Amino acid sequence: MSALDNLKKLTALDGVSGDEKPVRDYILSQVKDYVDDYWIDNLGNLITYKKGSGNGPRVMLDAHMDEVGMMVTQINSDGLLKFQIVGGIEDRVLVGKRVRIGENKIPGVIGLKPIHLQDSTERTGAVNKKKLTIDIGAKDKEQAEAKVEVGDTVAFAYDPVDFGDNKLMAKALDDRVGCAALIEILKDNYDCDIYGCFTVQEEIGLKGAKTASFQVNPDIAIVLEGTTCYDLPGAEEQSMSTRCGQGPALTIMDRSVIVDSELLKLIEDVAKIKAIPYQYKQTVSGGTNAGRIQVNGTGVKVAVIAVPCRYIHTPVSVMDKSDFENMLKLAKEVLKVIPQVDSSGRFKNHGEPHINLYREEGGKKYV
Amino acid sequence: MNECRDLLKKLGSMKAVAGRENMAAEKIADLFREYCDEVKIDRFFNVIGLKKGQSKNPGNVLVTAHYDEIGLIVTGIEDSGFLRFAAVGGVDPKAIAAMEVTVHGKEELFGVIGTKPPHLIPPEDKSKAVKMEDMLIDIGYDGEKARELVSIGDMVSFKNPPQELLNNRVAGKSMDNRSGVATLIEILKELKKLKHDDNVYVVATVQEELGLIGAFCATYNIKADLGIVIDVCHGDMPDAPSDETFPLGKGVAVAVGPILSRKDTKAIIKLAKSENIPYQIDPETADTGTEAAVHSVAREGIPVVLLSIPSKYMHTTVEMVQIDDIISAGRLAARYIAGRVKE
Repeated sequence: MSALDNLKKLTALDGVSGDEKPVRDYILSQVKDYVDDYWIDNLGNLITYKKGSGNGPRVMLDAHMDEVGMMVTQINSDGLLKFQIVGGIEDRVLVGKRVRIGENKIPGVIGLKPIHLQDSTERTGAVNKKKLTIDIGAKDKEQAEAKVEVGDTVAFAYDPVDFGDNKLMAKALDDRVGCAALIEILKDNYDCDIYGCFTVQEEIGLKGAKTASFQVNPDIAIVLEGTTCYDLPGAEEQSMSTRCGQGPALTIMDRSVIVDSELLKLIEDVAKIKAIPYQYKQTVSGGTNAGRIQVNGTGVKVAVIAVPCRYIHTPVSVMDKSDFENMLKLAKEVLKVIPQVDSSGRFKNHGEPHINLYREEGGKKYV
Repeated sequence: MNECRDLLKKLGSMKAVAGRENMAAEKIADLFREYCDEVKIDRFFNVIGLKKGQSKNPGNVLVTAHYDEIGLIVTGIEDSGFLRFAAVGGVDPKAIAAMEVTVHGKEELFGVIGTKPPHLIPPEDKSKAVKMEDMLIDIGYDGEKARELVSIGDMVSFKNPPQELLNNRVAGKSMDNRSGVATLIEILKELKKLKHDDNVYVVATVQEELGLIGAFCATYNIKADLGIVIDVCHGDMPDAPSDETFPLGKGVAVAVGPILSRKDTKAIIKLAKSENIPYQIDPETADTGTEAAVHSVAREGIPVVLLSIPSKYMHTTVEMVQIDDIISAGRLAARYIAGRVKE
């Protein structure tokens, strides 16, 4: 199965923050034959260990398993379900969506008061999330209670679709792109020790990354993510975070982190030498697990490689397949040359990896 | 019941944006052919089925249900390949963000309605409704390829496969008014079991969403002695006026009001009672917003009855109906037609 097909399978699974088991079970079945050790921690992180040849640093690779979704918070007397958002979902993308609820995947829809019955303020105002409910077709509370419980998680029920020029539409691309890439990475061998961490509860505040990095205690961490992409016509230049199809995005700074300059330079150099397209994330919005991991222990060198996802945090996220493939390629190439870290947290023999790369390219100069 | 549900799901998967019903006309005609003596499609793509009556001198009953659906129309193609669009019919811009669509270009193209990511929306914009002109359809192609495949004026239909829910309820796009078309089939099925004197014309009409257009042709072309209109009415929901909404599963809504035939409406309610067919009364003070308004003033005026299927969340992609209501509407209409006595 190709990494892309695996990605599609992963997006079809539901793993709303705190309820990641279906995703974790699947990932474990995919990686356990390729790793030397693995365990599931108290929070639900799946941490895998792949021993290197002994000449590399401890590298943590992070991909979060959870996705944004909802939770049933009340069952009304008329059988409709009140809900709250888990993670960040904009109110207006909720309307008219298909969902599935709880372990039994009870189907439901999110309706809206018909435009014919809206008063003028309702017509011109934004969607009022407080008035939205999930409808499973129940005619009263009793019937609804037989099918769902308060506290059940709710996921969008959308299947992946290939379309357009090499595009993929799916729910939960954030961050099944990271999960799919990490699964592939673990199939290869490297000099460094790799801790492949499939983390939980990123969307509600980077929780899983904290306990995972505590256990792994890495020298270096690379976060594999799905990131915002806003390249639509009419978008203000300053809000165009990334552009679809122009390569994986490297974060320099966001709300959670300023990435390590040495590691960023290494990734840029590898990309240039291997002619892998990349771009920078050009807004400082959003946060990633890198923000949590960098402050673990005495500090960790962190970087983020992300696939631009249009309409992120909606059930119809869109990515360019080449961005995913290039993210995977770039991450693998970086892992091949990632140098040891000395006691002060710097790469040993600063230029060593660069020299190696230089040699590999037959002494050709690169910028 | 299952048969009707499967039919409704099939109808709900068809695409027939108002004004371009030719996309589905043949499919509807095929459904009619199984039960009708004659089926034809008129120049507006109204699909007309005739089930002949047994009288030597039959009257004509005209039953209409529109089969067009609200959708979008391409108004511009950006250099980046994104499509601008406008509404066809009463589309609520609040209800279409991040929606899957089918663009009916040179071929059927998958697309999604693009939105700004939440991280990038300034707080002051979060209280405003998004405008249709600020949304775009993403078909995943660059401008050159998009222009090759799509033309301005191409239609766009919403893509939302019908979902089966509890209590025989189905949610999806175009339940307004494919549930009416499903009712037409139910009527034909019932009539097969009953004797009826009159010729029964079932017509799946076009462009209702644009102003009852198809019904104008149908009511002119067929000289009817009685008109029956099947459409949807608003299903109940918590913050909507309770006298304008009707619970799902409590039976077909029979409209009462000035434009509707008092005599026939009374008689059909009496019949519902005597046959134990569940029904509810839908008070309509004016034009009803349905094709009944056209019937009532067509030619010399056609006495018309309006039967409605309660549908929640009208004009969204998750319109919800209950199969039982379609069945009760079909039974009631068929029995009323069969029981008609010549005066």
